[in-house]
Amino acid sequence: MTQSTQNKVDSKQDLINYLVRLGDDSIVLGHRVSEWVSNGPFLEEDIALGNVALDYIGRARLFYGHAATLSEDGKTEDDFAFLRDEREFENYLINELPRGDFAYTIVRQLLVDLYNKHHLQALKSSTDETLVAIAEKASKETSYHCRRSTSWALRLGDGTQESKRRMQLAVDDIWGYSHELFEVDALEQRLIDAGIAVDCEQLKQQWLADVEEVFEEAGLTIPEATWAVRGGRKGYHTEHLGHLLTQMQFVHRSFPGATW
Amino acid sequence: MTTTQMQLIPTKSSLQYEREQFRNESNVPHLWALLDEVTDPEIPVLSLWDIGILKDISQQDQSVTVVITPTYSGCPAMDVIREDITAALTKYGIAQVNVELELTPAWTTDWMTNKGREQLRGYGIAPPVDTVDRVLTQDTQVQCPHCGSHATRLVSEFASTACKALFQCNDCSEPFDLFKHI
Repeated sequence: MTQSTQNKVDSKQDLINYLVRLGDDSIVLGHRVSEWVSNGPFLEEDIALGNVALDYIGRARLFYGHAATLSEDGKTEDDFAFLRDEREFENYLINELPRGDFAYTIVRQLLVDLYNKHHLQALKSSTDETLVAIAEKASKETSYHCRRSTSWALRLGDGTQESKRRMQLAVDDIWGYSHELFEVDALEQRLIDAGIAVDCEQLKQQWLADVEEVFEEAGLTIPEATWAVRGGRKGYHTEHLGHLLTQMQFVHRSFPGATW
Repeated sequence: MTTTQMQLIPTKSSLQYEREQFRNESNVPHLWALLDEVTDPEIPVLSLWDIGILKDISQQDQSVTVVITPTYSGCPAMDVIREDITAALTKYGIAQVNVELELTPAWTTDWMTNKGREQLRGYGIAPPVDTVDRVLTQDTQVQCPHCGSHATRLVSEFASTACKALFQCNDCSEPFDLFKHI
């Protein structure tokens, strides 16, 4: 194999790995949000959560599907979703945290939805056409998600003493997981240089400005504590992902190849 | 003609016009007509053409390729739609049917035909209304598909399916879905 063919193969594998991590982010969060279905605080909100979960799971299918097409080894989106173990998942940790109470779910959604707003916008400039198409599609949905999580954050942060307490508790718990959203590893750097991947470091200031604007109106504060948890992109996870996967993958692993 | 009917004279958007032109120029008009019988499984009054997700049909000998686009990324109806298209064409005698999913340009409700909009209303779903930046607010004017009143309010931006929002009519009190403008 010549050097240039080898480079081509490597960069294709890089793209596949990148697509799979984007799929991982979406499916893990989508599954988490889907846990609210039939447990929502009231019917309309139950439906809204189900819709948001579906958008994320649909997005995961698009990323995984693109990866499967590129890999040309007979893999399907299902192989990525259901037949990999914890250490092979490379989602950001914030997505796998338990759903917590409703305030916890809303704070996580707010941080991730606002992140996606900028992330998808940047992804629209990728040199990979399919990634651009996915970003165009998904950003329409994300504008709905952002409005929903923002309006809930305002209502609960600026609501009763109890709702405010719970929202601030959630912010204090989750904030340390937000830092890795803006870190770039070697794989992503190579793809950034190739014009394919998003340079997440560049998104931090815009994201922070958005979050600060909502927090100020909602009466929430960014914690002073400077701890940060990272490792998702390396496959090091919290104890929560394994439990999530046992539920999400159970049927597929129990009845391999089942169709209906 | 009454005044109400006059106000309903449809204006066609340029996007709708382009779609129609594209369809009219096709060399397989009978296949387009055939697929007019295939409807959205979740809104059975709307054909794939009228909802705007049917993009292209082409035939090479006994093989037909149909291009569709999803409404929302997670739309669970896509798999059923794919099967329905295949079934309709197979029944017609086409040996090989390929259904391709095209993501770009992303689907927009602007592709929905005027006929489709009226069918939606008749079915009890308010058709998409033009919104500034495609944002629904409490001020968005939506007509109740049941009693025709404009005194309605937004209950939730999310409803029974991803493509709809939930409204309630202040006059007849009936809740109803609005097909979101995206």
